[in-house]
Amino acid sequence: MTERIFKRMKDLPSTHLLGTGTPMCAGCGGLEALHEIYDVLGPRTVFINAAGCMTLLSVYPFTPFRGSWLYTAMASAPAGAQGVRDGLDILLEQKRMPPEEDLEVVVLTGDGAAYGMGLSATSGAIERGLDFLYICYDNEGYGNTGQQFSAATPHAAKTATSGGPAGFRGYKKDLFAIWAAHQPAYVATVIGAEPLDLAQKIARAKSLEGPRLIIALAPCPTGWDYEPRESVDIGRLAVKTGAWPLKEYVDGKVVHTRIPHPRLPVEEYLKKQGRFAHLFSPVRNEALLAEIQERVDAYWAGVDE
Amino acid sequence: MTRRLLTGNAAAAWGARLAEVDYVPAFPITPQTEIIETLAAWLDAGEMPGRMVTLESEHSMITAAGAAAATGVRVFSATSSQGLLYGMEMVYTVAGWRAPFVLINVSRGLASPLTLESDHDDILAARDSGFLQIHCSTCQEVLDSVLLAYRLGEDQRVRLPVIVNLDGFYLSFTREPVEIPDPQAVSGFLPDFDPETTRFRASAPASQAVAVLGGSPYSYFRYETHLGALNAVAVYEEAAAAFSETFGRSHPAVEAYRCDDAEIVFVMIGSFATKAKQAVDRLRDAGWAIGLVRPRLLRPFPSGQLLAVLAGRQGVAVIDQNISMGKGGVLHTELASALYGKPEAPPILVGFIGGLGGRDISPEEFYEIAAVTRQAVADGVAPEPRLLYTHDELREMRKLQAIAHTERNELESDR
Repeated sequence: MTERIFKRMKDLPSTHLLGTGTPMCAGCGGLEALHEIYDVLGPRTVFINAAGCMTLLSVYPFTPFRGSWLYTAMASAPAGAQGVRDGLDILLEQKRMPPEEDLEVVVLTGDGAAYGMGLSATSGAIERGLDFLYICYDNEGYGNTGQQFSAATPHAAKTATSGGPAGFRGYKKDLFAIWAAHQPAYVATVIGAEPLDLAQKIARAKSLEGPRLIIALAPCPTGWDYEPRESVDIGRLAVKTGAWPLKEYVDGKVVHTRIPHPRLPVEEYLKKQGRFAHLFSPVRNEALLAEIQERVDAYWAGVDE
Repeated sequence: MTRRLLTGNAAAAWGARLAEVDYVPAFPITPQTEIIETLAAWLDAGEMPGRMVTLESEHSMITAAGAAAATGVRVFSATSSQGLLYGMEMVYTVAGWRAPFVLINVSRGLASPLTLESDHDDILAARDSGFLQIHCSTCQEVLDSVLLAYRLGEDQRVRLPVIVNLDGFYLSFTREPVEIPDPQAVSGFLPDFDPETTRFRASAPASQAVAVLGGSPYSYFRYETHLGALNAVAVYEEAAAAFSETFGRSHPAVEAYRCDDAEIVFVMIGSFATKAKQAVDRLRDAGWAIGLVRPRLLRPFPSGQLLAVLAGRQGVAVIDQNISMGKGGVLHTELASALYGKPEAPPILVGFIGGLGGRDISPEEFYEIAAVTRQAVADGVAPEPRLLYTHDELREMRKLQAIAHTERNELESDR
């Protein structure tokens, strides 16, 4: 496959393919990313979905997709992709289906499935060299059930199951590193608020074969507690503060695609979200804020800038 | 047509080979593994076309099986026991996709306690899933049932996945003479899989397995699946008639053995029914009017056929190789629901539970079951269901417990 080139914002697709009127929340950062991804991937796709917010995209008898869709279960969307890919390959090999009928197989799951329940199925699919694209919309919690903490929840975030003064006591799992450790064809982080970077990565993923995996940070007005109109700003701040590093793994190397200069203090990102409000009022939790900043600094200290 | 000594597992693999399956998602588990090893060897040697992939769990395996079937290829898979239960979420899920394929289950008891040996608790846990179920009693039946299962499940009036069940060890690892049908004859009996509109193609986008909102569409689609399963009773009989015509072997939905003038009948499924047949022969020699009824089709439940064959009998003894905790034998309950309130139903229905975890059922126990049932007919009252368990067994069990206690006391006294 050839790679479509996106050099400037004006190169981005002007025709938008994903239908409107879905039941996603207003300001959904996951849907924003999906819109942009779908514009690059196009309708010759079959989305294999796991239980999560986006399961509600296709509710009988409606779908916003121009292509195909298969809902599986929470844990096994990559295995569904395996079955569909293998089925299509068998039909192609035996010439029971012309090549123009072929589809790109795309797994679409939230962080609950990607970081936790579905990790074993993903590991299996990568290890088998499955030719597929995995899109994880990561809103850092079990969003569809009301934002309980998941393995993707960042340190100190308040969720429906971490409401204490320190918020979530755990740390966000490094899924990028876990996926990359399998040495797949491609891994990348993206965010809808950086559409050019996103389009470039999806185009690159589309041009490759084998397992290609994308984590899209998905600012979530409902789960993160902010006004829907702030989604893009919060997304940009996630990148500018270094809280969400944009990077890709290809040919065995990790490359950062946006290195924030200057890197803003992480609290610029945190203070816009209700899930971190307990760090700022009634009194500033200096220790916790410092710890979060130190972790971001430590991450970027290890990056060749 | 050739005749060979085959294990039940090899017979299952032959069924898949003759059905020209395209795709075999797999995961090993005792006592099923020989099936996928056999298929892997044939695929590696180029003796059959198709593709096999080993998933990382049965949950993924059944997902991949359903997804490939929904893409429009013929799929075969196999599991057993804990594997079937590990995949159970997907057993229920993919049945609703209405994308037919065949899954072999090699029956094995469920934990706890853990065992490798056979009973039917695993397969009966899938009873309400939407998968149809065919239960085999011989290795020949295993091969034949795989072919029947594809024809049944792929029929336009049915469109459901099918489980073909064989008993672990008793069939899976037992060699019997099996006639391997001629591939051309199989093609005549089993046409190529036509996925109709259940497939994924660039020119015909489709959303499959979508969510619904509200109980009304949910009820509609669930009941549609039920109606498809009910259709399978008649479709099965058609397929079995065509099978008999093509291959000369008869596999009715309900087998009746020496039932013509029988006053008392055993009802059983699976390989132990062959033991019941021997007991029927001996009891017939001794002058008893006794027979055996063996449902091969358990889903859909062939209520009409069972009622027809049991009508007018004096007593029925159901022998369940399964146990529904807090209720008893599943087949006993199912049969009671099919017979209740029917004027021609036998007045006495006696339940027995036996053969759990591979425990044998001896000829003497069949004679005792017959005697208990005849006494119940004479008394006009069915006794409470009972477990087949001998005094000798209990004595052996007490010995094991004594060893366990002795060893534990020894350990504790050392502390």
